[in-house]
Amino acid sequence: MQVDQTLVERIVSQVLAELGQRQGAIAQPGGTADDGLVALEEMGEAKPGTRSDEVVVGLSPGFGARFKRNITGIRLSAVLRELLAGIEEEGVSARVVRVRHTSDVAFIGHTAAKLSGSGIGIGILSRGTTVIHQKDLAPLTNLELFPQSPILDLETYRAIGRNAAKYAKGEAPAPVPVKNDQMARPKYQAVAAVLHIKETKLVEPGAPPVECQVRFAS
Amino acid sequence: MAVTRKRSKRFEVLAARPVNQDGFVAEWPEEGLIALHSPNDPRPSLKVAGGRVVELDGKPREEFDMIDQFIADYAIDLSVAEKAMTMDSQEIARMWVDPCVPREKVVEIFRGLTPAKILEVVDHLNVVEMMMAMYKMRTRKTPGNQCHVTNVRDNPVLLAADAAEAALRGFIEEETTVGVTRYAPFNALALLVGSQTGRGGVLTQAALEEATELLLGMRGFTAYAETVSVYGTERVFVDGDDTPWSKAFLASAYASRGIKMRFTSGTGSEVQMGYAEGKSMLYLEIRCIMVTRGAGVQGLQNGSISCIGVPGAVPSGIRAVLAENLITVTLDLEVASGNDQTFSHSDIRRTARMLMQMLPGTDLIFSGYSAVPNYDNMFAGSNFDIEDMDDYVILQRDLMVDGGVRPVSESEVIAVRNKAARALQAVFAELGLPAITDEEVEAATYAHGSEDMPERRVTDDLKAAQDLLKRGVTGLDIVKALGKRGFEDVARNVLGMLKLRISGDYLQTSAWVDGEFNVWSAINDPNDYRGPGTGYRLSPERWQVLKNIPQAKRPEEIGE
Repeated sequence: MQVDQTLVERIVSQVLAELGQRQGAIAQPGGTADDGLVALEEMGEAKPGTRSDEVVVGLSPGFGARFKRNITGIRLSAVLRELLAGIEEEGVSARVVRVRHTSDVAFIGHTAAKLSGSGIGIGILSRGTTVIHQKDLAPLTNLELFPQSPILDLETYRAIGRNAAKYAKGEAPAPVPVKNDQMARPKYQAVAAVLHIKETKLVEPGAPPVECQVRFAS
Repeated sequence: MAVTRKRSKRFEVLAARPVNQDGFVAEWPEEGLIALHSPNDPRPSLKVAGGRVVELDGKPREEFDMIDQFIADYAIDLSVAEKAMTMDSQEIARMWVDPCVPREKVVEIFRGLTPAKILEVVDHLNVVEMMMAMYKMRTRKTPGNQCHVTNVRDNPVLLAADAAEAALRGFIEEETTVGVTRYAPFNALALLVGSQTGRGGVLTQAALEEATELLLGMRGFTAYAETVSVYGTERVFVDGDDTPWSKAFLASAYASRGIKMRFTSGTGSEVQMGYAEGKSMLYLEIRCIMVTRGAGVQGLQNGSISCIGVPGAVPSGIRAVLAENLITVTLDLEVASGNDQTFSHSDIRRTARMLMQMLPGTDLIFSGYSAVPNYDNMFAGSNFDIEDMDDYVILQRDLMVDGGVRPVSESEVIAVRNKAARALQAVFAELGLPAITDEEVEAATYAHGSEDMPERRVTDDLKAAQDLLKRGVTGLDIVKALGKRGFEDVARNVLGMLKLRISGDYLQTSAWVDGEFNVWSAINDPNDYRGPGTGYRLSPERWQVLKNIPQAKRPEEIGE
């Protein structure tokens, strides 16, 4: 029997959309039961931290809101969970802020670092690009940079969280092993550009970063 | 209910071809995701009053952004502009290609053109005409080549050995960068010692954050800088906390210390950063080239560079990349012409892209060619790597074209790698850095990549690398260490690199330095192409070198 492919796809997407609606808030923003994120709530202007044992994670303007998945399709809720888990694994507390005035990962990371009581921050874009930053460094330098978003997996995100926490404790950890896939560029760069254009449209010049409350189901 | 769509076996085969691993996207003109011809590109115009530009490409001075202002005030020669702007674009395009029109005449006309006018002119050329124009227009007559020397572990011993081999292979410039930023002083040191073991006079640089890059240059660890980026829209500049003036200031900082430098730009960077203002990639790149010229910098690295996946994904993008190289040399600047980033899964595509610069020759055809396997290339991979080297060398021989490298024998490579590794071992010992073992020297001598190297204690290296800067170690300390440990010839070469700072000759446009420390540039090796039989031709000696590949069987030995 001949089946019209587009018709099938349309039906499937309608069914999925309906299922999503029934799950209500749980589907927002992109979390599902297995990664447990139930809310990413913006709470008001982020304040500089006073605890010397914290790492601040700075999210890009569209992270978890406009965008639910990174460039290779990994759920951003899972990405965030791994970063936070890595930090907490080291006995360091984590705070999440949304940076709104820029979509440049270096400046997002630096903004987070400046808000962090330990001076250590992580910056992350919706497409997955990540940096570990320190408040006294020049914005365009960093402690560790993970520029190739398509090759970052959940394990790496957890390791990034762990290392950020170690810097916050004053340790000098071995850097997260640098991965390198020379073919990520031809495959993903133009797609990354389109994603970045879309994320940059969300930038609000001059808007201060806001505190985010992240709640995962237990 | 199972849904099957019956597929053509032929299309399945085609879908599995490497080229279909590449990411292609359709044009999105409103956001500047287009090579040329954005509907938002301005129309050419220039109005001058009271000795200054009052309208540039349809925009009155009151509405200039800082890039318009910089270009209007510093990059357009008003003594020729009004005449040049009235010329027909197609006529100028033909002068570009006509061998009977001397280079200087074309240069003079372009001094007076606005960005939109240059875009209109270049759009008249197809890629063959652009290559012909490149042959005539590049500033220095003799072509050259640059390489990348990096590895994924930032292993200094391997860097030194690879730098030495690359120098032997003929690269006139070598560029490194880091996996981990704090390794930078070691990478620069290893590249310097390695390159000067391979051949005296090879220029080296370390691509880093701008302040660190300048610091290492001032210390004498590097000989030039290249990663000083300029952009075609104000917003992207501002995002990097920069302006054309701040970049010009940085350029003058290098010049004041006698260090060669060039800017970097490339099609696609503005759209990649989300602020293309709806303008085409090539229009924005022309603004970058003109900012470079306005800043008084001698040269520019362009050809999309790290954004090559963007023009590479849209129609006519690779033509636009050649166009930006051509416009650079026509504005009388040195060009380091890209080809330095992985561009395609397809060997056919990446070769075709590279031939645009290799066939006419440029100041630095690649910027650079990966002198290490791409898995070790910390610029995220180059268009060609060391595993493509025999192909590249044989292309030179097939086409009788000078691609800037030469065939080498295995024994001379092994010898020079070993010497460089030992030289660095000596320098590390003299400077009190974490020891390089004989086992590491042996491994680096015969290695292909970092997978063949024993592990080093990274945390010790990082601590010592930072300490090296804190202690105030300079190039002279490296010279002394080499001399004391019996590497007098390498010491002399490193000293020669430092002396270049004093004479300043290598600050001239398109300068490189030969093994006897003679400086060659657009001043003493100007491009004098005027048609067949003129301009750069392979000398009989150079052709002997290029054509004698070890793979070629000698007829007198066949069947014997």
